[in-house]
Amino acid sequence: MEVTLSVKRFDPDSDQHSSYNQDYVVEMEESATVLDGLIKVREEVDGTLALRCSCRSAICGSCAMRVNGQARLACNTKLVDIVDSGKVVVEPAGNMEVVKDLVVDFSPFWDKVRDVKPWLDPEGPDPDPDQEYLASNEAMLDLAGVMACIMCGACVSDCTVLEVDPNFLGPAALAKAYRFVADPRDSDDEPRLSDLNEYGGMWDCTRCMQCVEVCPKGVDPMGRIMSLRDKAMATGYTSTYGARHSMAFTNGVRQEGRVDELSLPVLSKGVFNIVEQIKMIPLGIRAQLAGKRPPILPHKNPGQENVRRIFNRLDKHDNSPDRLEIPTAIIGLASPVVLTFVAIIAFLILQFYWNSESVSGLKPDAYQSGSVEPFTRFSYFHNCFWFYCDPETSGSELVVNSNAEAER
Amino acid sequence: MKYAFYPGCVSRGAAPELYDATVEVCSRLGIELEYDSMSGASCTGAGILQEKNLKLGDTLNARTFALAEKTGLPLMTICSTCQGVMSQANDRLKSDPEYLAEINKSLADEGLEYKGTADPRHLLWVLIEDVGIEKVKSLVVKPMTGFKAAPFYGCYIVRPSSALGFEENPDRQDSLEQVIEAVGAEVVDFPGKTLCCGFPIVMINEKNAVKMVANHTTDAKDLGADAMVTPCPLCHLNLDGYQPQAASMAKRPIDLPILHLPQMLGLAMGINPKDMRLNGHMVSTKKMLTKVAVSP
Repeated sequence: MEVTLSVKRFDPDSDQHSSYNQDYVVEMEESATVLDGLIKVREEVDGTLALRCSCRSAICGSCAMRVNGQARLACNTKLVDIVDSGKVVVEPAGNMEVVKDLVVDFSPFWDKVRDVKPWLDPEGPDPDPDQEYLASNEAMLDLAGVMACIMCGACVSDCTVLEVDPNFLGPAALAKAYRFVADPRDSDDEPRLSDLNEYGGMWDCTRCMQCVEVCPKGVDPMGRIMSLRDKAMATGYTSTYGARHSMAFTNGVRQEGRVDELSLPVLSKGVFNIVEQIKMIPLGIRAQLAGKRPPILPHKNPGQENVRRIFNRLDKHDNSPDRLEIPTAIIGLASPVVLTFVAIIAFLILQFYWNSESVSGLKPDAYQSGSVEPFTRFSYFHNCFWFYCDPETSGSELVVNSNAEAER
Repeated sequence: MKYAFYPGCVSRGAAPELYDATVEVCSRLGIELEYDSMSGASCTGAGILQEKNLKLGDTLNARTFALAEKTGLPLMTICSTCQGVMSQANDRLKSDPEYLAEINKSLADEGLEYKGTADPRHLLWVLIEDVGIEKVKSLVVKPMTGFKAAPFYGCYIVRPSSALGFEENPDRQDSLEQVIEAVGAEVVDFPGKTLCCGFPIVMINEKNAVKMVANHTTDAKDLGADAMVTPCPLCHLNLDGYQPQAASMAKRPIDLPILHLPQMLGLAMGINPKDMRLNGHMVSTKKMLTKVAVSP
């Protein structure tokens, strides 16, 4: 079988500073893998081709690279399965800096794995010297799935979040973190979850499934990240945008049977988060102008009673914040209105104190001690308000005016 | 051809233009939509509900499948995310009879039972598998010659491939390109077409989500795309709604209209753009409509 391997080359020491594709035509057996092809090229055609490999049996995790645009282990990818019109495109793994040709720098990968403290911190007193720490079969079967990880970096290569944010811990490190959080012998769950709850941690995953698709060992990193989120929420870490979003979404489905797009952003950002809510206003206005208007109150789902029954049956330990059963839509819609009102009041009160400090002998303490009549206080407040309604009135006039009122 | 229609939450909420365009296009394609018997179906959970409680998510989807089974019609959706979540749930339910029996216990209260025969399919797949690409071509009255469309699938209609029936139906993998070609337009192939649009984290890490929008839209634009076409309303919301932020992040104008799949079909079939609410996008479609010789 004649195969053209189109290999992405890069040599930092050469004069050519950018990468380029070089085609190698090789004659291969039907049973040959991509790695067999690359080794043949290196040994028989071009000794300058750099690649990393060791066991050739999908155990060591050294030869992860992009083959026809997707991360794979070169050693367990048969040429015959992927050869498209005689050509196979081979590139270095993504999201990591290329050292030379198909060799990438794994240092950030290992740094992130180290960041999640990948060691067991056992709970309780040490067992007798001739005994082991015990864990249930069920727990270990679950963990065995993650322990199958060979740290090849295929998931990191194709992670869509790492592509835009190198700070993201990434699927491999997060799966490794899950391995210890879910280990019944480990005592550090809370501090671990607290760390993973931070920016760049578990909530930054987009659930795009790239890692699930490319993992050669079926580790399901995304599924592990989802489990970490569940554990974090169950442990009480519920104040991140991610946790709020998840809870508000679930609550919306429980109450209306469907997503409520108006209240979801408000509840995700937090009902008292005035800054973020103001930031959303331009998008809201643009959506309104374009005619993207979700109904103010969600459609009544005729099957809602049954949806709710399923929730009651299967979601008994739900820790979402609607135990009072206030519809999320109402909380979500009321919050911007109430916050705007609170903001106006707060603004006026602040003005009241700022201005009063500019009047000598009339400190806020004076009001609190009751030496100034309530009526005066009202007048002062009224003046502040008037001042902001009437552009003709200047600040100094206001001070004089209020001073006169106070003296009266 | 009649289908039990599952429109998903977004086409009845923030992207009503998708619903309108679907209804218009399906009537031309000879697709009848049975909505009333499906109106009691719930959200699929979109993968979020599944984070906390996989069984709850599977039960809600089994309920939708049972409702579809009751109509005796095949189940059709118009959302990539719904498609993926339903396919994954169906995969789990069909492969484990014990699990299915357990889930059915929760459906028994309303007299429903999921027998495991549903096969949820996106309009995109229905076009290829039931309608046939030749029929689609025959209905094109305004070929979109010279129009360059960049496909954008949405994660859940391409991954995990094991649950999406790609082995039995290999055409699904390039279905969007096939439809673009069928309406006479040119496919703009770009690396981001099967990647994430950023929508799931737009409320959580807006900066990353907007960066994804910027990357995909500028890539497509640089390759000469006149518009992007997507079968996923969530991708539409993010790529369309956050494009102004993406433009300021990329420090350049982008102006790439994001069309829903049925909107593109409808244009080629000569449906009035207003009936498909092409004026209901945040990125204006006016310039693009002039290019396909339709008055906006």
